Order: sequence, then C-alpha cells, then structure tokens
Amino acid sequence: MAFDYDKYLRPGKLPHIWCPGCGHGIILKGLLRAIDACGLDKDNTAIVSGIGCASRLPGYVDFNTLHTAHGRAAAFATGIKMAKPEMNVLVVGGDGDGVAIGGNHFIHACRRNIDMTYILCNNFIYGMTGGQFSPCTPTGDRASTTPYGNPDPVFDIGKLAIGAGASFVARTTSFHATQIDKLIAEGIRHKGMAVIEVLDDCPTTYGRRNKFRSVVDMMKRFKELAVPVAKAASMSKEELEGKIVTGILHQEQRPEYCEQYAEVVKRAQKS
Amino acid sequence: MAKKIALLQGNEACAYGALYAGCNFFGGYPITPSTEVAEVMSRELPRNGGKFIQMEDEIGAMASVLGAALTGAKALTASSGPGISLKQELIGYGCIAEIPCVIVNVMRGGPSTGMPTGPSQSDIMQARWGTHGDHAAIAVAPASCQEIFAETVRAFNLAETYRMPVQVLLDEINGHMRERIELPEPGDLEVINRQTPSVPPDQYLPYDPDFGDVPPLAAFGSGYRFHVTGLNKAADGFPTTKAKLVDAEERRQIRKVEANRDKIEKNEEYLVEDADIIVVAIGTISRSARNAVNQLREQGMKVGLFRPITLWPFPERRIAELAVRCKTLIVPEMNLGQMILEVERVIRGACALHGIGRVDGEPITPSQIIEKIKEVC
Repeated sequence: MAFDYDKYLRPGKLPHIWCPGCGHGIILKGLLRAIDACGLDKDNTAIVSGIGCASRLPGYVDFNTLHTAHGRAAAFATGIKMAKPEMNVLVVGGDGDGVAIGGNHFIHACRRNIDMTYILCNNFIYGMTGGQFSPCTPTGDRASTTPYGNPDPVFDIGKLAIGAGASFVARTTSFHATQIDKLIAEGIRHKGMAVIEVLDDCPTTYGRRNKFRSVVDMMKRFKELAVPVAKAASMSKEELEGKIVTGILHQEQRPEYCEQYAEVVKRAQKS
Repeated sequence: MAKKIALLQGNEACAYGALYAGCNFFGGYPITPSTEVAEVMSRELPRNGGKFIQMEDEIGAMASVLGAALTGAKALTASSGPGISLKQELIGYGCIAEIPCVIVNVMRGGPSTGMPTGPSQSDIMQARWGTHGDHAAIAVAPASCQEIFAETVRAFNLAETYRMPVQVLLDEINGHMRERIELPEPGDLEVINRQTPSVPPDQYLPYDPDFGDVPPLAAFGSGYRFHVTGLNKAADGFPTTKAKLVDAEERRQIRKVEANRDKIEKNEEYLVEDADIIVVAIGTISRSARNAVNQLREQGMKVGLFRPITLWPFPERRIAELAVRCKTLIVPEMNLGQMILEVERVIRGACALHGIGRVDGEPITPSQIIEKIKEVC
C-alpha cells in the first residue's frame, strides 16, 4: 500500500514554495516515512528550523513546529529539549543556515550530544536569496557572488559534526531516496546528537550556473559519485577524491546531555 | 512571624525574584556585570527541578530561552550591553511570535565593549528600539535591591500577562550593591501565569484575536500542535503577506501594551505636589536625586522627584501633567541624553527642561544635581 503522507501533512498548506526539481520534497517525504517508521507521536514531537528554503519544511507538517531565525534552529531546539526532554526534537535546515550563520550552535549541539536529530539539506548554495555561495559551495564553482569562481574551500559537514562530538553522523543524497528515511530513522532512534547530511540539488540557483543542463544531470552526478561507507573503507584517499561517501559515517554511545543534566539535578538536590 | 531577612546583591535579588515568580529555565552566557544572576540560577534551579544551561553565545542563550518558553517554561536570561545587542534579533522574534520571557540587562558603559565594570544607563533607548521593526516594549528599572526582587517578579507577571519579552534594567551599581532585603513569603507578591487555551486543539489559533489582544498560548507538547514563525503571520500562526492580515497582527501586538498602559505603568512620586522643580530619574541615579531633593528641601527649595519604575512604556501622560504644574524638569541620567528625549517629546515645551549626563563610569552625585538646579533655577 502506498505510504499515507497526508497523515502528517497539514491540510491546505501545499503547494510548497520549492522550485520544480528541488530535492527538498524528496527529503520531506523521507522524513515523514522515518517518523512513521519510528512511531513518533505527533503531539510529542517538535520540528525546528532556521531560515532558508529547507527551513520552510516545518510549516507543512502537523507537529509542534518552530520556524526560527537564521542559523538559530539548533539553539532554540536545545531550549525545547532541555525544558522538555521527553519531547522528540528534530531540526531541519540548509547548509548556509546550519554551518555558516548557525555554525556555532551546530558544533555546540554536537559537543553536548543533546538528543536531537538534525537533518541538514546541503544544496551547496543560498537558494532563497538567489544563489550566493555558501561554505559548502565547491571551490571554483559559480554563484551569484562568485562570478569569477568560488575561492573558498568547502566545509566537510560530516567531519565537522564528528569532530565536534556528534555521536551519530550519516550522509546520503537526494538521489538515494530510500536511504534518506532509513538514515533519518536510525538517527531518531539513536540517543544523542544525530546529524544526517543530505546532499541536495538546487537546479534553480546552483545547477543552472554550474553547467548542469537538467535536474536529471544533477541526480546522475549524485548517483555516480556516491560510494557506500563499506566500499569506501577499501578505497585509497586518491580513489575517494571527489566522491560522496554515503551511509552511517560515525556512531558511538556517549553520555547524552539531558541525562547528564538529570545527574546534576540529583547532585544539587542532595547538597 | 518575623520576615526572613537577607543581605543580597542586586543581581542575586534579581535571581531570587525570578525563582519566586516561578522561573524554571535559565539560558545564559557569561558577561560582566550580570554574571551573578547566572551563578545563582545555576545553583538554585537544579535544586528546584528547573533547568540551567550556559549556551555557546548570547544569541544561543536567547534562542534557548525562547525555545524553553514555548514548552511552557518561565524562562530568564541575563546579560549586559554588548550581549543585549547580540540578542536583539531574537528579542524581536519574541515580540512577533509573542513568547513570554524575561531579559535582564545590567547596564554598563558603551558602545561596544565600553566599560565592563562601570555603571551606565545608556541602554534606555536600546531597551525600547534595540530590535528592528515596529514592536511594543516593556522594561522596568528598579532602584534598590528590595525593589529589584519585586520588579523581577513583576517583569515575569507582565511577560506572562502580555505574552511578550520584558526587560529588567539594572546597572553595574545596583546590580553589585548589597542591601538588606525582606524576603517575601509565598503569597506576599502576586504571581501570574500565562493564559492557556480552553478551546479544543482543532479549534486553537495561536494568535486568535477573538480572545482579545493577548491570545492564549499553548505549550509545545500539550496536545495543541501549532506553528510558530518569525515571519509576519495571520491569526493561525502561518506566514502571510496579505496586507490586511499583516496590518491587523502588527497593530494588535502594539495595542496590547498601549491599551493597557494603566496596568503596566508604575511610578514613584516624591514631594512633587507643590514642587516647582521636579527631577525625573530612574534606577541608581534616582537615589542620588532623592538625596538632592532632601537637601534642597532643607534649604527651602520646592523640589520633587518623579521616578519611572516602568521605563517602557514611558509614563508620558503623567510627565505631561507634571510639566504643566511645575516650572522646571531636570533629567539626570548616566548617558548623554536618552530619557530626556522622551521627556522633551511628551512635555511639548510646557516647562523648562535641563539634562545632566555622565558617561565616565562614575555615578551622578547628589551635589552634581544640586549644582545644576542652582545653576538653572
């Protein structure tokens, strides 16, 4: 039987704002399948975002939803989770929102290992403002503010999250639609900070400036470059150059922040 | 029964006032001269089952407070000038999304890093207009440690009643000064909690004007699933660009304070009945002004003190009335002329007006005020 997305969508809020060919819709569907697979209670689930195209997602879905300010989603989400640890807290946002203006909140949420699931839709560009380069725009690429090619090096979000202390880090692409929900579901089930980076296509502001003739070309590129984690393990650094390693990049059990704070409460109440 | 007496610093009194009001969440970031508020909360909140978090920066602290407040928590943050500047975008978020919370600003010199250990009253206008866009503002400016306790409780009450961020303005002097305080027993001071919806969840609109200018606020996780955004929104909480809906929401948010000025404003008047000269001062400097008034009364001069305890909304009607009755208003403030601009605006030239400004990190003294009054009157 086809999956019933309507169960989780707010009536009357579609059509969404995303352009034809945008990968955010694929991620939205993956997110809803993951939520369903994990059996999350709508009343007890908060979905938080910042600003940008991907950050419009919470408006469409029937949960406790919070569309915050640019870059601040992880910090708002931290307040929600701390105040009400029994709530499931998910964050959705883009690359500029998450690791440029929101980079500080992102790394510190990872460091605390607070129990939330952060779905970072990395489309290599600031889409909503018309295609300016982000920390994830490949070096040399064109954006509206890099008319002579992007001089900036690229953030590796997976390494950033692992280095900062996230205890679950995964990556996939908008081509790998069925892997999206599996990884998000794994992230939701994981106790601690889970970061799922989904490489995403923005045909309107990134693709057309960078010689992708169609969305299909962008998708094909994800398909060609993707290397599952297990296969990547047997490949050399040179062989992996320019490839996209997909799957669970890192998972460990580490004390979760709200549980650690519960211990603080116990100690405080004894003293 | 004898009252419980304590010797408390202003910042500590502020923290205990917050706890009295039911504060159960603090999100902060260290900054002089406000840090003692965070230190007390880090010690007391977990004892009381509350939550304390030191965030990675000032913006994160404000964000955590807003997130926590949406779950139903009574949330507090404390900072000082530069930190408040960083929080401003999210203070605006609290205004438009109508999230109750309290922000303490222990004012220090500025702009920028300024004088971290020096007192100042230079955030008077920041407290009103610091965030961008049209919005209502409530700020209280207590003078003594006893009053800091009570006004922090009232700040929470105002935040909960009007569903908005409320600021408590202290300064380095009354934040760090220690005074004897009678600690109120439970029940001595009123404690107000926000109105929550009584309609079934499927009928709930987070900004429903049918419930007046302050619609009830459901908590995240309470069965009322709703949307919150910083975009201009309609009564249902979802973004809109429809001119009529945006206009109605914007005006309601400002009206909820303007139409309730009588309930929000709080002033102290000291010897103003027969006064020819009235000093208008807030916070620490109102204490210098009271001393100056007493000294000049002994010398036979008819001088009084008008002290706004609610700084914003500004007590414009009362000051306009006083300006008609007296000959001169004197406005001493630890900045180079901020509150005097409001006084000038509201008195419309009805009497003479003189300011005393000081920005060297020292308080305005009684003798400075006396000297000025003798010079101009």
